[in-house]
Amino acid sequence: MSVQVWTWILVGVSFALYFGIAIWARAGSTKEFYVAGGGVSPLANGMATAADWMSAASFISMAGLISFMGYDGSVYLMGWTGGYVLLALLLAPYLRKFGKFTVPDFIGDRYYSNVARTVAVICALVVSFTYVAGQMRGVGIVFSQFLQVEINLGVIIGMAVVLIFSFLGGMKGITYTQVAQYCVLMFAFLVPAIFISLQMTGNPIPQLGMGGTVEDGTYLLDKLDNLHRELGFNEYTNGSKSTWDVFAITLALMTGTAGLPHVIVRFFTVPKVKDARKSAGLALLFIAFLYTTAPAVAVFARTNLIETVNEQAYEDMPEWFRTWENTGLLGWSDKNGDGKIQYVKGSAIDGKKPVFTEDRGEFGERVIANPSTDANEFYVDRDIMVLANPEIAKLPNWVIGLVAAGGLAAALSTAAGLLLVISTSISHDLIKKQLKPDISEKGELLAARISIVVAIVVAGLFGIYPPGFVAAVVALAFGLGAASFFPAIVLGIFDKRMNKEGAICGMVVGLLLMLFYMVRFKTGLIGVMDPLPAEDWWFGTSPEGFGSIAMLVNFVISIVVSRLTKPTPKEVQEIVENIRIPSISGEAVAVELVYAMLLRHGLIRYFDTVSFCILNSIHSEKMKKRHEQKLVILSLGLFLLLNIPFILIFNVEEAVFGIPIIYLAFFSIWIASILISFIVIKRHYE
Amino acid sequence: MTDKEKAIAYWKENVKYLVGLLVVWFIVSYGAGILFKDELNTIRLEGFKLGFWFAQQGSIYTFVILIFIYVRLMNKLDKKYGFDE
Repeated sequence: MSVQVWTWILVGVSFALYFGIAIWARAGSTKEFYVAGGGVSPLANGMATAADWMSAASFISMAGLISFMGYDGSVYLMGWTGGYVLLALLLAPYLRKFGKFTVPDFIGDRYYSNVARTVAVICALVVSFTYVAGQMRGVGIVFSQFLQVEINLGVIIGMAVVLIFSFLGGMKGITYTQVAQYCVLMFAFLVPAIFISLQMTGNPIPQLGMGGTVEDGTYLLDKLDNLHRELGFNEYTNGSKSTWDVFAITLALMTGTAGLPHVIVRFFTVPKVKDARKSAGLALLFIAFLYTTAPAVAVFARTNLIETVNEQAYEDMPEWFRTWENTGLLGWSDKNGDGKIQYVKGSAIDGKKPVFTEDRGEFGERVIANPSTDANEFYVDRDIMVLANPEIAKLPNWVIGLVAAGGLAAALSTAAGLLLVISTSISHDLIKKQLKPDISEKGELLAARISIVVAIVVAGLFGIYPPGFVAAVVALAFGLGAASFFPAIVLGIFDKRMNKEGAICGMVVGLLLMLFYMVRFKTGLIGVMDPLPAEDWWFGTSPEGFGSIAMLVNFVISIVVSRLTKPTPKEVQEIVENIRIPSISGEAVAVELVYAMLLRHGLIRYFDTVSFCILNSIHSEKMKKRHEQKLVILSLGLFLLLNIPFILIFNVEEAVFGIPIIYLAFFSIWIASILISFIVIKRHYE
Repeated sequence: MTDKEKAIAYWKENVKYLVGLLVVWFIVSYGAGILFKDELNTIRLEGFKLGFWFAQQGSIYTFVILIFIYVRLMNKLDKKYGFDE
């Protein structure tokens, strides 16, 4: 069977599994369905947390990144797992005890101040947004390969699918679906890694194979170092960043990720503090399987890529080369006219992305309009390494299909959770707690709906348009998290004397310092100044690593200011004493209820949004008028079908196979509309 | 002991554990994986240079072990002070 067929089957089976679980989990009484907390064991919760944490970025991009960065890629490995240690030891048990369900809630109450709460909300939003954008891009990449379409169309289809899963939910449903997604994604990541490890080193365990020997008896890592030296790259095991910079980036990532809102939320759903600790441990164990395999995959992929591509004739390139060339994520321009691919140090293209013309070159390659003057002829997007890896290593077709299913599982599990975090941040933390405390429950829900609309549109646009910009903002997000959030939370728990003056001064200074540095050295100000070059970095710290310096400044300022101003009020001190002790239970947490509310009232608007998104983005593609019109009609029809009064017809108590009729109606209409739009789009591309 | 004294003693021990664990956390990741990487790289572990191994493998294993030690220690501590549920 072909790769295409296998992909369809495996993706189909895994999706059917998720749907099945979601339906099974909702089959019980409504109440049981909404309140998952008590029924979820730490094991299941650990797996779900791991699935939450291991985004498309970890699954698809990370091994690719490491593969191109070598030792420097360690910052991600250590940064994201080490941050988890901080989260488990310093934050999770206490925040669980505190008993509120968002981080801004904690900061707002602990520092008895709305200013502090606002700063925290802004940070939470920036972090979540950039994360979702990354997910969207990941989904887009998988779908573009899976359906053989351009990446932008892949992003749009991905948006639709993510949405379906984000309201399949109910906390129990989400948790168990994520357990399944964890299994799928782990399996999909490990199987090809084991295959390739066997193939290259004869050792079935990738973590050991990475340090094993290849056929001629030399160590794999030594061989790769040699290849790198020959081609003019930095040695793989040494990298090119300075020691201090690696240190700073790792610290910024660790402290920045410790405050990731969608993961912290998970710890609020276990019943006891004790369980929060245990599931934190299990989650890291599950995460570690992937994170220790990724660097091995990176080494295998890098070696294979260089050997397959360098100095080989374009005409001899295997099938996968052309497939990826068609998606625009890989390209070749024959600069010296020898018909062979030269892959050496230097950028193959001018600017960040290759621009393909419609023409084909002498050897049938897609012509790149912006080649650089460097000797390197080969452009490859880092993000495709994990997906292309099994093909490069000539693994069986079903393994290749499996990887696509795994990538989708990773992206779906993270994106759904994040979208909900974004909308609760806005509706609960910002509007209810700040701007309009007297807002009705209905109003709060409306706000949640609107904010999720905005979130999806923005995330989709991020995914489609400016990857360079997203990369800059992702770094900014972790830096901001480290510079603002982290000290405020840690000091809030461990320093009783910390008062609002200290925390606010610290957060504001940390935040501004970080922003200032980013603008000065990374993004520049459009029309005013360009970013300064790396030679001018303070203490040789890259903008990605500067979050750690800003964080230290935050700590110092917070402590100094708090000691100079008046002490914390008595009742706040009591809160702090209370969260330090596990047994005196905090109030029950209502995350499940938030999910439930969003689920019930938000559905209709989600659907409208997607059609809007499809339309909006399709519009930018050069699409035939007549196809465009079909989509317009489709979304108008959807709007009518999914709105009052039509939808009220289904608003009855009955259920079919335990699924309430109204959900069934939603999903059937929705799935039908996806099928139709898919067919229309597919036609367009033929 | 009154509840108040108990809470203070509990917290002190808790912080002591945390400091110990975080010292290990720091030494393995920032020490072995970053600051002393070049020195450790002169030592080989099969095909791995040791510093590189710590940065991409060893530190992650240590993190997992650290959290489980923490869970054990804290569970014992909860019991000792009667804070377990």
